[in-house]
Amino acid sequence: MAHTQQEVLAGLAELVNDETGIATDAVQMDKSFTDDLDIDSISMMTIVVNAEDKFSVKIPDEEVKNLITVADAVNFITENQD
Amino acid sequence: MKTLKQSEPIKHSRIYSLGAARGNTVVTNDEIAGPIDSSDEWIRQRTGVVTRHRSSDDQSLMDLATTAAKEAIEKAGIDPDKIGAVILATISFPYQTPSGASLLSELVGAHKAAAYDISAACAGYCYGIAQADAMVRSGVSEYVLVVGAERLSDFISPTDRSISFLLGDGAGAAIVGPSDHPGISQTVWGADGSNWDKVGMTGSILDFRDGNAPWPTLVQEGQSVFRWAVWEMAKVAAETLEAAGLEAKDLSALVTHQANMRIIDELAKQLKLPDSVVIARDIAETGNTSAASIPLAMHRLLDEGQVKSGGYALEIGFGAGLAYAAQVVELP
Repeated sequence: MAHTQQEVLAGLAELVNDETGIATDAVQMDKSFTDDLDIDSISMMTIVVNAEDKFSVKIPDEEVKNLITVADAVNFITENQD
Repeated sequence: MKTLKQSEPIKHSRIYSLGAARGNTVVTNDEIAGPIDSSDEWIRQRTGVVTRHRSSDDQSLMDLATTAAKEAIEKAGIDPDKIGAVILATISFPYQTPSGASLLSELVGAHKAAAYDISAACAGYCYGIAQADAMVRSGVSEYVLVVGAERLSDFISPTDRSISFLLGDGAGAAIVGPSDHPGISQTVWGADGSNWDKVGMTGSILDFRDGNAPWPTLVQEGQSVFRWAVWEMAKVAAETLEAAGLEAKDLSALVTHQANMRIIDELAKQLKLPDSVVIARDIAETGNTSAASIPLAMHRLLDEGQVKSGGYALEIGFGAGLAYAAQVVELP
């Protein structure tokens, strides 16, 4: 079943929290993973792989570098769900 | 017509002993952080590396390989003349030909051995163990010397933020020989050529000769390699355990290629290992030594008494190629 944008944001915030300990309410659409949330490239990949499982979506390696903000990730996941 | 005579197979093989040699200079994070605009804290957090061992100008790859090999031979208690093959896994021996293994066989007194190098990068040692196991059990060789040896500091760039700062120099060696019980499981191995360019060199030596590229150094696409090394290698590890007829709780140790502490930690997490399984973390002190890292890490576990001889260790090598190999071995 497809997830709404709000559901994806909430789920993604949980994955970010699991990996980094960052509070879920800090994970907002306009935040940059690197500059605002200070998430490094390895943690980012862990979040990506866990997001693939959680939302039944495939996020290719070459796409990961385009996920600059939380909104980028939420939109990609929402638009590419099975 | 006479019947052809073939070598007589035997049932089992095992690792008799290990040897180790690390680069003779300890390099701290502070010493290398400047050119990559980094810090000790940044490197520790992202890689788990605290120091790396590198060789001074007067310590060659062959020096490292010879020291490790001699220790393994001495601990095995065998006559070097009984070694039927010397396999050197390396990506940093500085001659295209002849092989490093051929010189190594001479230096350790293995005068009757076949000798050749294998190029499977960080999977090279496990490739070598797979070949040695097959040679011993098929009756081709009674004993085989497997050495993983690297002087990676010859192929690094001080300004590379992808991999150079992790790398160290060292050699690890093993003697494989006949056994009255199973000591080396079936190897699960392969190479994903579709990702040939994910870990490699900045250019070829021909590019360098022709002035089209600087001296080739090691480089990787870290994120892609991380994904492959954790989630694909977790599948390979599970397949290896199944092939060995074991479960995770039967292991004494997990000895992965010492690529990056984050890979080691995440891979161990994916495998859901019980607390009783010791996880090798030699990378913190030694750095990433490619083909040498698994025998060096296992040697440390045994040396420090973290594991006992006779237990089972899952060893898994993975790296450029992208090549991988895993097997369960009885700790020597």
